Amino acid sequence: MRLLGREVGCVRGGREVFSGLDFEAASGEALAVVGPNGSGKTSLLRLIAGLLAPVGGTIGLEGGDAELTLPEQCHYLGHRDALKTALSVSENLCFWRDFLGGTKFDPAEILARVGLDHAADSPASFLSAGQRRRLSIARLLAVQRPLWLLDEPTNALDSAGQSLFTALMIDHLARGGLIVAATHIPLGVAAKEFAKELRLGDAS
Amino acid sequence: MTALAALMHRDIRIALRVGGGALIGVLFFLSVVVLMPFAVGPDLALLARLGPAILWLGALLASLLTLDRLFMADHEDGSLDLIVMSRTPLELACAAKALAHWIAAGLPLIVATPVLGLLLNLDALPTSAVALTLLAGTPALTFTGMIGAALAVTLRRGGLLLAVLVLPLSIPVLIFGVAASQAAITEPLSFGAPFSILCALSLVSLVVGPFAAAASLRHGLD
Repeated sequence: MRLLGREVGCVRGGREVFSGLDFEAASGEALAVVGPNGSGKTSLLRLIAGLLAPVGGTIGLEGGDAELTLPEQCHYLGHRDALKTALSVSENLCFWRDFLGGTKFDPAEILARVGLDHAADSPASFLSAGQRRRLSIARLLAVQRPLWLLDEPTNALDSAGQSLFTALMIDHLARGGLIVAATHIPLGVAAKEFAKELRLGDAS
Repeated sequence: MTALAALMHRDIRIALRVGGGALIGVLFFLSVVVLMPFAVGPDLALLARLGPAILWLGALLASLLTLDRLFMADHEDGSLDLIVMSRTPLELACAAKALAHWIAAGLPLIVATPVLGLLLNLDALPTSAVALTLLAGTPALTFTGMIGAALAVTLRRGGLLLAVLVLPLSIPVLIFGVAASQAAITEPLSFGAPFSILCALSLVSLVVGPFAAAASLRHGLD
């Protein structure tokens, strides 16, 4: 499987954010998108997710499921956590599992993997920012998708949470998945040879 | 199918929890109708004549009251992005959300109608006629209102904009809803004709609403 972007351009609010951008990532590779604020990292992820329309170029997933579009094969972990505060932690997780078409499983098991099993029945409104992030990460585990689009994934996570998430990413890559992550700090997988870097917004 | 059931289940559950929209609509309906006799005065005949129109107006405003949150809440917490990306067609997801909204916010209004009919000096027959027309007509209000709710997300303005956009669309529903209720009270008029048109309005909005709302959401993504 291979994610290919060719000559991709993006315009937001009449301003050209980037143009003529080429990128690619194969199965088992993580692509770290780096660059200063406003260089278009989030815009690139939203372009891949189909939430923004590119002004030129093509983005495609070679060797994916031919029946599905690219966004349907993606997990998008954005700035906002997509949690309902009126529902409990496990209700939130079970909703996304059912809506996104995950296999039936015990929510407690997934919550244990992200370290939230003690809070399964408490309302999501009582979670801290880091716990909300962990609950969003649980969504990535509950439903299988080959391509993970991560926007500042380790924001608000403590150091234990960051190393936990790094382990989950390495596990996902080892099973042939792809990751595109916008980030300021190095991804934990950066030391590995399968990590690539895409630099946006350079003056040069 | 599980995806749509899960979406409806979630929306109904949120609406019924504390701070959800289901109770607010009924309370608003109650306050509007309770205030009317004080404004109109103790003329029982006049109240009975105005009754169906007051009930319809109250139900119309109450069903619009919580509608602007239909997509806005999902947009604010990021759920809407995931719903748009998912394998469920956006049109069906919109229809499921509107149906859930009608079950949580529209049905309680119809259940409350007989009680409020008492306050307006309406007999059993006129009250049940109003309840029946509301049952046939409120889906049209929700499904046309959904278009306005989707536009409100696109334009990033909630609240009053929704009312300005949606109220003109709901005028036909109001006209035929009240006409059918009045026809059930005053003998020579036929109940069937306006009631059929009301049902037709609901059916048309069931088809048009989800497509228009989904198109608006897709177009307005940012």
